[in-house]
Amino acid sequence: MDELKLYTYIAVFGTFALYFGIAWWARAGSTSDFYVAGGGITPFQNGMAIGADWMSAASFISMAGLIAFLGYGGSVFLMGWTGGYVLLAMLLAPYMRKHGKFTVPEFISDRYYSKTARIVAVVCLIIASVTYVIGQMKGVGVAFSRFLEVDYDLGLVIGMVVVWVYAVLGGMKGITYTQIAQYVVMIFAYTIPAVFISLQLTGNPIPQLGLGSTLADGSGVYLLDKLDMVVTDLGFKEYTTANMGGTLNMFAYTMSLMIGTAGLPHVIMRFFTVPSVQAARQSAGYALVCIALLYTVAPAVGAMARFNLMNTIEPAAGENLVYDERPQWFKDWEKTGLLKFEDKNGDGKVQYTANAETNEMVKVDRDIMVLANPAIANLPNWVIALVAAGGLAAALSTAAGLLLAISSSVSHDLMKGVFVPDMSEKNELLAGRVTMTIAILFAGYLGMNPPGFAAGTVALAFGLAASSIFPALMMGIFSKKMTGQAAVWGMISGIGVTMLYVFQHKGIMFIPGTSFLGDMGANWFFGISPNAFGAVGALVNFGVAFAILKMTAPAPDHIQDLVENMRIPTGAGAAHDH
Amino acid sequence: MENKEAYWQENLRLIFICLAIWFAVSFGLGLLLVEPLNAIRLGGYKLGFWFAQQGSIYSFLGLIFWYGAKMNKLDKKYHSEG
Repeated sequence: MDELKLYTYIAVFGTFALYFGIAWWARAGSTSDFYVAGGGITPFQNGMAIGADWMSAASFISMAGLIAFLGYGGSVFLMGWTGGYVLLAMLLAPYMRKHGKFTVPEFISDRYYSKTARIVAVVCLIIASVTYVIGQMKGVGVAFSRFLEVDYDLGLVIGMVVVWVYAVLGGMKGITYTQIAQYVVMIFAYTIPAVFISLQLTGNPIPQLGLGSTLADGSGVYLLDKLDMVVTDLGFKEYTTANMGGTLNMFAYTMSLMIGTAGLPHVIMRFFTVPSVQAARQSAGYALVCIALLYTVAPAVGAMARFNLMNTIEPAAGENLVYDERPQWFKDWEKTGLLKFEDKNGDGKVQYTANAETNEMVKVDRDIMVLANPAIANLPNWVIALVAAGGLAAALSTAAGLLLAISSSVSHDLMKGVFVPDMSEKNELLAGRVTMTIAILFAGYLGMNPPGFAAGTVALAFGLAASSIFPALMMGIFSKKMTGQAAVWGMISGIGVTMLYVFQHKGIMFIPGTSFLGDMGANWFFGISPNAFGAVGALVNFGVAFAILKMTAPAPDHIQDLVENMRIPTGAGAAHDH
Repeated sequence: MENKEAYWQENLRLIFICLAIWFAVSFGLGLLLVEPLNAIRLGGYKLGFWFAQQGSIYSFLGLIFWYGAKMNKLDKKYHSEG
């Protein structure tokens, strides 16, 4: 066994042992433990747990890669996935914490005095969470197969067993403490390589400052200026100004991600675990601190990865890498099929250009940028091993949060809330564990046999949350008169419009060949891409709900009193059952 | 607590101010005004680019904590802690 493999095994299995230990220590004894971790999590602990919950395999592995290739256009992810926390802190978290229930559909059911509303909310939640969790399971499989050199399927099974142990045993309580550990692993794994690379390239150890510094080669040229020059020379768009589909599209995309973030139930649920309204506001702040630590480093990781990649292939203008002399990381990633070279002009050298006819790097998968980054920059093996453990922590922590959101909506909202209202606490806890097990098996199955729509999952999850759940929650708090009927039709039309738009351009359930309008910019509504359409769906939701409200009688008095009560922090006890 | 309506109105005003800043730093400086701002430099950063990839995130952080602190004061003023 070589050194790298040994270190990787130590890092991965060492962190797993840590998660198991924590799970055993924090096992759940009641439904309150299982759904809201007993309600005793401090704001800072909750901030770290939200950070781990929120930052998925997509944030950890894919985002910097996206930014590396999109340049300025990648800003939509940075602003969108952080700006949502401002909305959460001011518009949702404190009021939902005051109301003090276990799940998001439960809140909707109480506020809109309707079982229909609860069921609609459960359906939205399950579609959004299931589509999202498939991506995480795939991330687990890919990370295992690359780093431990096992089969994709076996890697996935290992991941399922790990999540099963700590999620089923500990519920929200186990997940919270495990996520705190996972956050620490992730943030070290992300920032340590970034610090090394920033130091190498610019001499500044702080990546956020390094990105704005001059190169350490003594030329006195700023890193970003040099990067702009290198990429435009090869025919790519300028890094710092490359737009993504026009300003309106970027605007809508950012807005969709912001309100989608604020509407994703597995994040909102975490605000039920703190002891007071003040703590809920504060934990949104700490959550953003924890998230910003990674999100402000990501642009540096992206830009520096692109810079290093370009430099490896073409160290000086016109002086290209000889293919036979390619570095080890190049060979490693070629084996996975994520990196492909084709010697089109037969000169044995690598030409990487924007022109499809002369470009010889026929495949450079964006997802390899973070994982391959330490190797590209020649960092020591223990750093590479740490990145492997971090990537797995990111995927596992988000998967656990999503699975809890799914299983609690089934066991608490459907079984206890609608079908078997007189279930005992002991049975409900058991039901929670059984549904969690089923959810893991189901997610694992989908991870092994990804359906056609897996590729579009993130777009769908955010679009759904943005167009259905966020508006319903916000109107429930800020409009005392809003009725259940209006909210239900708002949710249905918001989701409906969004799904229709996504499907008409991406195919029904993303099945190739079924799109009836074609996935082309020319057919997009004002140039808004399907991924960015959640913002329009949300507008439709608000519009329909207020139109119906105008035509019907306002919500009954006891509901208006309930909303008034929700708006003041006094008397928020522990999150409780009915 | 006393005077729920006044408490709520003060809260709404605060939310409005915060969201105006939230919108201005991200959608305003980071997206709509990015081109003119890019003519200004902040070290190696073009200013519009900096707002889109760094500045807006720092502003969001400041906003959430500022809002939290203001609301804690408001809760005390109206005797609404808990």
